[in-house]
Amino acid sequence: MQSYDWSLPKLSLRFIPVWQRMFLVWKKLAVSSVLGNIADPMIALVAFGYGLGALLPEVEGVKYIVFLASGYVCTSAMNAATFEATYSAFSRMQMQRTWEGIMNAPVQLEDVMLGEAVWCATKSLMSGVAIFVVIVALGLVEGALALWVLPLVVLTGLCFAGLGLVLNALAKGYDFFTYYFTVVLTPMTFVSGVFFPLAQLPGWLQTLAHCLPLTHAVLLARPLMQGRVPENIALHLGVLVAYGLVGFYVAVVLTRRRLLS
Amino acid sequence: MSDGAASVLEVNNLVKRYAGETVVAGLSFSIARGECFGLLGPNGAGKTTTLRACLGVIAPDEGSISLVGEPVPLRAREARLRVGVCPQQDNLDPDFTVFENLVVYARYFGITDADARARIPGLLEFSSLETKRDARIQTLSGGMKRRLTLARALINDPDILFLDEPTTGLDPQARHLIWERLRELLKRGKTLLLTTHFMEEAERLCTRLAVIDHGKKIAEGTPRELIETHIEREVLEVYGDGVAAWSKLAKHHAARVELSGETVFCYTQDAHPLLATLEGAPQLRFLRRPANLEDVFIKLTGRDLRD
Repeated sequence: MQSYDWSLPKLSLRFIPVWQRMFLVWKKLAVSSVLGNIADPMIALVAFGYGLGALLPEVEGVKYIVFLASGYVCTSAMNAATFEATYSAFSRMQMQRTWEGIMNAPVQLEDVMLGEAVWCATKSLMSGVAIFVVIVALGLVEGALALWVLPLVVLTGLCFAGLGLVLNALAKGYDFFTYYFTVVLTPMTFVSGVFFPLAQLPGWLQTLAHCLPLTHAVLLARPLMQGRVPENIALHLGVLVAYGLVGFYVAVVLTRRRLLS
Repeated sequence: MSDGAASVLEVNNLVKRYAGETVVAGLSFSIARGECFGLLGPNGAGKTTTLRACLGVIAPDEGSISLVGEPVPLRAREARLRVGVCPQQDNLDPDFTVFENLVVYARYFGITDADARARIPGLLEFSSLETKRDARIQTLSGGMKRRLTLARALINDPDILFLDEPTTGLDPQARHLIWERLRELLKRGKTLLLTTHFMEEAERLCTRLAVIDHGKKIAEGTPRELIETHIEREVLEVYGDGVAAWSKLAKHHAARVELSGETVFCYTQDAHPLLATLEGAPQLRFLRRPANLEDVFIKLTGRDLRD
């Protein structure tokens, strides 16, 4: 096999026209996707929050729907970014050969991949804003600190974009991503304190949960949404940044081998 | 090359290996401004790999490349600012209209939307797509898509155009239109690098060409030079019942005789003696024609199938 090119990605502002391309496609289909972005979290939050919440006492001192909302923002950001970095990016890279076309112009692979990652984060922000609007409309937010959730959602998006692009670099076909969603992301959602507190988990699983990026996103989002400053901010941010950067770097190295050798 | 300044692309001793297999094995060629240079070769000869290396998309294992005066791959990005690429497989953006495809592609070159809008009408006219400006890609025919790809490759007004099998998969009408447009570009002073395995295409368009096989150059020259140097003047193709027996007789009157399938190909400077032997064999049918580039190609690369 071809050897790997481990050199650090040389990033530049040339990712912007790549991002613009995604945005233009999205704009053409915007009405249906915005509707989905808002309707989907609304239904889920109301169904789980009020339906399930009615059966529960307060969770960590707040109504269940308030508890759930902060976890749900992070999960949506994760899913939006991951879907874009896997299924959608794979279509553009493999099926439509869009990346190949772009790289025949004076744009490098790193620029294309950064454009993809920033676009993933943009989709996370869109889903984050949509849910935020719903949460505010339901009166579940306390204080302006909650607005910090929006940059957090962008960071979460970049983090999962990096990881998703690793999968994209390795994928033989779309089925590969189904495994990622069902074997990695869905179980992660259940142990990251999205639906119930981490304290409910056995000790070893709590330790594992603290190694996962989604947990750290939720630990930041939850106090913010309730108008409190989170604890251990640097640690949580550090984990998200580290997953994102290492993921993106590995994704670039693997994609170089896939496309450029 | 002594006239290095005039050459738009210069490739020296290019080597590229994949998994221990040498795909390009020490290839050298140089293209002067205004030329249409053809890279001819059977499937798997290393044509596309050579193009990708020249663009700096893949790094060569050995050798040096200079494209529009820039060393590649070191300054490939700067070089690609002045290059247009028409890839073998369609990679137009299916989510966009014709017009949007051109605007979006222009942005990758740092061309402003205002500049792109000013250039696009001329490009649509050049590619006979004026009426398709707002059509979606899925509604275009194969020929239209290829013409749009050509227009897209011209969005940055490049010095040199890379064309990887530009007419493969097109019907004859569409193919002739592409050829006409490429000749028009040559008239305007553009330099073209063309890969093809259509000999007719190479003979019509190329001012100079190289035949490559197994990653090596095995001949180079103008189409006329190649035909004069490598092949006899005339070809007689003979087929029908008993052609195999006749071919034994033909060997005495032709420089070379080859049996391929049910047809005997006789290469000769003068077909008259062969024609005389055919007079006594009315069951045989034949075609007498001047030798062409395809004969040269077959002679140099063999008649075996390449899959």
